[in-house]
Amino acid sequence: MLEQYAESRLTFFHYGADTWEGSWLDCRTVPSLGLIGRLLATLSEPAETRYTWDSLLLAVSDQPIQHRPQFRCAAWEARQLVRRTWGRDAGRLICVRYFQTCTNVYVLKPKCVCVFGYPSLKYSHPHSLLKTTAALCGQIVQFKLSDIGEGIREVTVKEWFVKEGDTVSQFDSICEVQSDKASVTITSRYDGIIKKLYYNLDDIAYVGKPLVDIETEALKDSEEDVVETPAVSHDEHTHQEIKGQKTLATPAVRRLAMENNIKLSEVVGSGKDGRILKEDILNYLEKQTGAILPPSPKAEIVPPPPKPKDRTIPIPISKPLVFTGKDKTEPVKGFQKAMVKTMSAALKIPHFGYCDEVDLTELVKLREELKPIAFARGIKLSFMPFFLKAASLGLLQFPILNASVDENCQNITYKASHNIGIAMDTEQGLIVPNVKNVQICSLFEIASELNRLQKLGSVGQLSTTDLTGGTFTLSNIGSIGGTYAKAVILPPEVAIGALGSIKALPRFNQKGEVYKAQIMNVSWSADHRIIDGATMSRFSNLWKSYLENPAFMLLDLK
Amino acid sequence: MLVLFSMKNCFKLLSNHKVPTAGFKNTVKNGLILQSVSNDVYQNLAVEDWIHDHMNLEGKPILFFWRNSPSVVIGRHQNPWQECNLNLMREEGIKLARRRSGGGTVYHDMGNINLTFFTTKKKYDRMENMKLVVRAMNAVQPQLDVRATKRFDLLLDGQFKISGTASKIGRTTAYHHCTLLCSTDGTFLSSLLKSPYQGIKSNATASIPSVVKNLLEKDPTLTCEVLVNAIAAEYAAYHQIDNHINLINPTDETLFPGINSKAKELQTWEWIYGKTPKFSINTSFNILYEQSHLEIKVFIDIKNGRIEICNIEAPNHWLPLEICNKLNSSFIGSKFCPIETNMLTSILLRTCPEDRKLHSKWNILCENIKGIM
Repeated sequence: MLEQYAESRLTFFHYGADTWEGSWLDCRTVPSLGLIGRLLATLSEPAETRYTWDSLLLAVSDQPIQHRPQFRCAAWEARQLVRRTWGRDAGRLICVRYFQTCTNVYVLKPKCVCVFGYPSLKYSHPHSLLKTTAALCGQIVQFKLSDIGEGIREVTVKEWFVKEGDTVSQFDSICEVQSDKASVTITSRYDGIIKKLYYNLDDIAYVGKPLVDIETEALKDSEEDVVETPAVSHDEHTHQEIKGQKTLATPAVRRLAMENNIKLSEVVGSGKDGRILKEDILNYLEKQTGAILPPSPKAEIVPPPPKPKDRTIPIPISKPLVFTGKDKTEPVKGFQKAMVKTMSAALKIPHFGYCDEVDLTELVKLREELKPIAFARGIKLSFMPFFLKAASLGLLQFPILNASVDENCQNITYKASHNIGIAMDTEQGLIVPNVKNVQICSLFEIASELNRLQKLGSVGQLSTTDLTGGTFTLSNIGSIGGTYAKAVILPPEVAIGALGSIKALPRFNQKGEVYKAQIMNVSWSADHRIIDGATMSRFSNLWKSYLENPAFMLLDLK
Repeated sequence: MLVLFSMKNCFKLLSNHKVPTAGFKNTVKNGLILQSVSNDVYQNLAVEDWIHDHMNLEGKPILFFWRNSPSVVIGRHQNPWQECNLNLMREEGIKLARRRSGGGTVYHDMGNINLTFFTTKKKYDRMENMKLVVRAMNAVQPQLDVRATKRFDLLLDGQFKISGTASKIGRTTAYHHCTLLCSTDGTFLSSLLKSPYQGIKSNATASIPSVVKNLLEKDPTLTCEVLVNAIAAEYAAYHQIDNHINLINPTDETLFPGINSKAKELQTWEWIYGKTPKFSINTSFNILYEQSHLEIKVFIDIKNGRIEICNIEAPNHWLPLEICNKLNSSFIGSKFCPIETNMLTSILLRTCPEDRKLHSKWNILCENIKGIM
């Protein structure tokens, strides 16, 4: 009579006549297990409620009590079948219950479906409410748009903060609606999962009509939907709040855990947000060698502490700490995407690095002298103008460092202008504006230009001209920190220098005495296809000599 | 009649999470009148948010006065590109803020008073508030012809708008704020609130432009201070509370814990521009290049302030198709913002073949595109 089906879904039928006619109960199958049952009923209406169930056995009748023996018979048959298939222990887990439905239909439903390791029941039909004493599942509630005041009857939905499938807690914002210059935030009255949104953006929503459907997770005993008193919920959840962490689990799961003497806090939830599912309990059970332990009635329900407001930190049970942080993936877009492109192109250039140390003691003294004069003219004088000018003088001697190669490295263009770029760190990211024609600028002019670029860069108003046309770059990473760096050449340039921070270090002078020197490290990178180490080294030495003895710059200044 | 005193106790008594009403002796009717010492629009908006979120206004309504340095404030669901001249604002350094209440766009400066009436959701009554303001003004100047309209605006002499209104309703509290034009720069206002951007298609709430007038023009005695005092007196009389205007500093974390992070959130790009409802731009502009006119067509779809679909069509002979496509695909996902566009395009230029003509064309194109942002 009872056969094995490969796969199917549970269907609800109405029992019309006296007979139990054969329609095979459709049931879900677990991969290697098949479960069978028989639904003894006749189909009365074509479009029936369909449930996907992870357990089975539903016998439905709209006849009252006198037919109960047949129900029992069906239940007994099912239990036998389960026992035969999976053994005695599994069979013990099946028991039957009688429920009365709202439409006066009896439903026979086994209690523990966990055997089959399926996620909990999903309702597809919100209106067929089974008023059960133990719900294996949540109840779908229609959340209506409440009165906003001032006699407003309709509003426009402007923004949704949730979508179907999201979990919400009471008082979470669901959406923003607008009515006649008033913007209203609608908050949820229930905890649960959003099942359906009744409106799209810019639709008109009506007061008193449903706004969303929420599947509430738990039917609290009194079925009140507003839990205002925190004390009540505290009691309900005490036995889960051992480590101050509330464990998420439906009442059916909690009952199962309770009956099997399992502490929910010891079970690792595999559901969404660490929710404990039936299979988690089962897996935990499996790990226990024995079968069902003798229930100790109130063991894991820790009664509320006798002392009035004793919120002392509970003694931590030595368990591994569970980290519930989640990875966040987001697409690379906009500015970052552009950087990806540039840097990928840059790495096609074979780089070589060359580092050196520069003694800036003399330069520091010089700058101190010149700073007030520049300030009097309204300009902030940093070290960068000196570095730029020295670099430009060096580039005059080694023009290949101010060149550019085409894509296939077939032609070298020696650029006439020294447009030296300064790497700048802004809110938007790394930008490299450049100072044009450094070769014809005085130190003061370079300083004022740098001031201008810095001011514009901080507000993000640099023009395209400022940002393009660079031929050589200096990156003052030392202003943030660091000593050595390996800078990446910005195409279409062929060289770049990274300046470390200036540190006071002991050095030997000509006479062999130790003195306090201001030392800065510079790290050059160059395109090895057209520039060799010797050239870079000579350029670096020249640049260094200009900075270590600023008076030398005067000889070559143009 | 401005009394500066420590507000700590007062707020503690009114806050949700502190001991409520224990110390308040006057149980008949309570309330507070506040005035902000700051002229920063973001800080003042943050005060509104803070009071809305954290205070229990049961039986204790609050009136809040604030004035801002020149700024444009758009409503929660509005589109700044549609409402104001962003280019002019950037040039002049005018701030843009998005408030949390609905309604239209307004220009604030020191000649404009903002009033916020905080009440519980049940006591929310905009007409009552506007009537109060009208009574206060008539108390100062009985001949003044000021009336509240059905849309809760205030009209002077039956035709000039002197006040606009907006409100926000939350779970338990609500606020209704309105402006009052005393001595605002009218010409500047009209130039700022006129959008030069063409071809915008959007479902965002549109502002309804009106002819405005300053109260000061009508009657030189109606300065901001006079009006503030008058309205405060009327409010105090109505709610039977002391006529004390309490000065508050919106950056004081001890009074308003967490307010600075609210103010910061109001300044983020994601809030001001990113909360714009989905819209699309369908426009074209002409470029003069070497004595020839070229028409560039632009179709852009923007969601959350970021470009979702980008189709910039330039004549094929002028700019090769693959360069155009490169530009289009690089814009996708980036903010609809001239700053970001600027940086994007200059970085992209590095990966383009080295061609002076191409670069200059690219630059011209990008400058024009920035013009529509």
